[in-house]
Amino acid sequence: MSAATAVVSIKNLKLALPPGADRRYAVDDVSLDLTPGKILCVVGESGSGKSMCAHALMGLLPDTIGREAGEIVYDGHNLLALDETGWLALRGRHIAMVFQEPMTALNPLMRIGEQIAEMFEAHNLLTPKERTQKALQLLREVGLPDPERSMRAYPHQLSGGQRQRAMIAMALALEPAVLVADEPTTALDVTTQAQILKLIRDLQRSRNMAVMFITHDFGVVADIADRVIVLQHGKVVEQGAADDVLLRPQHSYTRALLAAVPSMQPPQRAPLAGRAKAVEVVGLDKSYVSGGGWFQPERRVRAANEVNFDILKGETLGLVGESGSGKSSVARLVMRLIEPDQGTVRLGDIDFTRIGGKELRKARSRIQMIFQDPFASLNPRRKVGNIIADGPIAHGTDAATAHKRAGELLGLVGLNASALERYPHEFSGGQRQRIGIARALALEPEIIVADEAVSALDVSVQAQVLNLLEDLKKRLGLSMLFITHDLRVAAQICDRIAVMQRGAIVELKPTAALFSAPEHAYTRELLAAVPGQTSSSRAA
Amino acid sequence: MMNFWRTMLRNPGGVIGLMILILAVAVAVFGPLLFPTSPWRMVQRPFLPPFTAPGLPLGTDALGRDVLAGIVHGARVSLLVGLVSTMAALAVGIPVGAMAGYFGGRIGDALMRFTEFFQTVPSFALAIVLVAILQPSIVSIVLAIAIVSWPPVARLVRGEVLSLRTREYVQAAVVTGQSHSWIIWREILPNALSPVIVLASLMVATAILLESSLSFLGLGDPNLMSWGYMVGAGRTVIRQAWWITVFPGIAILISVLALNLIGEGLNDALNPRLNKEGR
Repeated sequence: MSAATAVVSIKNLKLALPPGADRRYAVDDVSLDLTPGKILCVVGESGSGKSMCAHALMGLLPDTIGREAGEIVYDGHNLLALDETGWLALRGRHIAMVFQEPMTALNPLMRIGEQIAEMFEAHNLLTPKERTQKALQLLREVGLPDPERSMRAYPHQLSGGQRQRAMIAMALALEPAVLVADEPTTALDVTTQAQILKLIRDLQRSRNMAVMFITHDFGVVADIADRVIVLQHGKVVEQGAADDVLLRPQHSYTRALLAAVPSMQPPQRAPLAGRAKAVEVVGLDKSYVSGGGWFQPERRVRAANEVNFDILKGETLGLVGESGSGKSSVARLVMRLIEPDQGTVRLGDIDFTRIGGKELRKARSRIQMIFQDPFASLNPRRKVGNIIADGPIAHGTDAATAHKRAGELLGLVGLNASALERYPHEFSGGQRQRIGIARALALEPEIIVADEAVSALDVSVQAQVLNLLEDLKKRLGLSMLFITHDLRVAAQICDRIAVMQRGAIVELKPTAALFSAPEHAYTRELLAAVPGQTSSSRAA
Repeated sequence: MMNFWRTMLRNPGGVIGLMILILAVAVAVFGPLLFPTSPWRMVQRPFLPPFTAPGLPLGTDALGRDVLAGIVHGARVSLLVGLVSTMAALAVGIPVGAMAGYFGGRIGDALMRFTEFFQTVPSFALAIVLVAILQPSIVSIVLAIAIVSWPPVARLVRGEVLSLRTREYVQAAVVTGQSHSWIIWREILPNALSPVIVLASLMVATAILLESSLSFLGLGDPNLMSWGYMVGAGRTVIRQAWWITVFPGIAILISVLALNLIGEGLNDALNPRLNKEGR
């Protein structure tokens, strides 16, 4: 590929981080070309500098980032030398961007139609009437249902996928030559993600745009990329055509990343029939009521609708579904963080939903939880040792024993015992999740509920934590309720999987059977929407 | 902690405020050693202008009392009232707000209606009534100021607790079987304290102003010299003897300003999101 055909060339870009950061350069000597009609995927784990590249291309770099060397050439100009007025003319019109989280990227107080029309207004194009017409046309093009109504809708009245479509319509309004998409599908459900990926692909082909697509998900890369660049610590470790990088990776880091992507093939699992039940959930019901009052009707959302399942001793039950399907509510009902409207949760011989007060606090040690967000689940003002030892101390263990045990637990989850005296902010996401696991294990529970426990982690760290969970489960004979939206992860760790849709379990089967012969239409839809299936089966 | 002091010291306003406050505290603590006699004692002829007699740099008031000695002794009263009443307001406001935020529902509603009851009455009027009923004394003044200034603390703490209560680490404490009081004191309140500290520094300033206003109206402790009393006593003769009111007024102004600057500095130092440079 010669530089002559590229619309934008980033040449030897070097961006310095402010002093005191964990490395000197956010982006170190990165060169890449964006070509019309092609999608370039920039892949890397968190902190690899991939978003910095996108922000440099949009002129959105924070003041604290030093532009050390290199240039970004567009139309014969170096964009790094542009002043703010220069950028104003360029942004939107020549280079446009789609952000990760459409809810925060759209103005919540402006109607969708006005926000799109504002794109023309900002560049002094067209008359107000033409702007509205053009906006309507764009909404039709990105496939929003009922465009006339969507024009008048506020962002909160649309679903996540519809908002992202509206964002794309805004980005496309002025027919830019280059589209920068920064993790545009990360916040979306898997079925919606598949639709948005197809939309971006189609629009990019019909308009012959150059697209820079930033993602951490190799499945998405396999589905959409023409070319791939792999970043690690701000440096390019590998680049090339999508098939070359995905099927014949040269660099060891790329290979490690690809190997860490869980496969869709569930591994063989030992049969568990005949074991006693660790958890029994019968007829669990929970509705959330919002609104109501004098002038508006109540809104009822059924988060759990007649949910029944049981978990055998030593079994991992997966609970999968899209956001809003009620899987987290079920986890919280089972943990009794929220009270059910109806139904019971039995842990062995006790009815967990009927007890209260001291008895409940005592029984809580039998079932423990691992939380989703490793940055929110540890109290920032308590030392790691206290965080782990607090639980046993509350259950009557004396402090010295509890702290000694905390040190052993840290060893068990693969951390050094010196971590006891440190605060959570000194650890990385993966390490924090290990601390969270150690805390859950401190009370020697029989059952662990893991609510999206690996979703916030990078793919390589995710693989490590999954292995750790699997290993601990075997060694300690734990039962696990594993909640995830990621079917690949579920395939690897679960003995049986329950699929949830709108608060109800629609299918519950052994993992292998679910993947090979899904019965319910929704299960099939979910399985089909998992990105990157073609390439992973080729690679496998 | 080191980081906290570094950001605090980088804010020049905060440093100036802190220096003034340290000076004021030093005056309050050691001042009476320099002026061992009672500030109520007559030392010279009345209405002596500043810088006319040796040893009386700020002149004398309508009864021949030393204005400088009054200011030095008044610093004690003002700072004491400011600090103690703020402490008392925090002692009421933090538990009420924490319980209202943590338990929510009926308990929360009841506590917040109770809080609002105090907020609906104009605070200065309530303070005057309370001091008048209880007889003016340093205890009744502190009490009155504390009673009118705890509701904002309760509201602030409630808001913080409401948002922290749903955090995952709080839920983690619940599932490990911790009791309610443990969760409130160990998990939630330490994380809710930064804005409360900022508010408290501003409350001290407000309390000093309130005490001065009460004393100005003649509702101060009759046995203690305070800045507000001096301003109030000198107000009738302000055209003949401006110094009697102006110097204690400046003392009030500077100490309130210092506390506001400190509040600002604390806010910058305790809110890491605001103190980052760049955009």
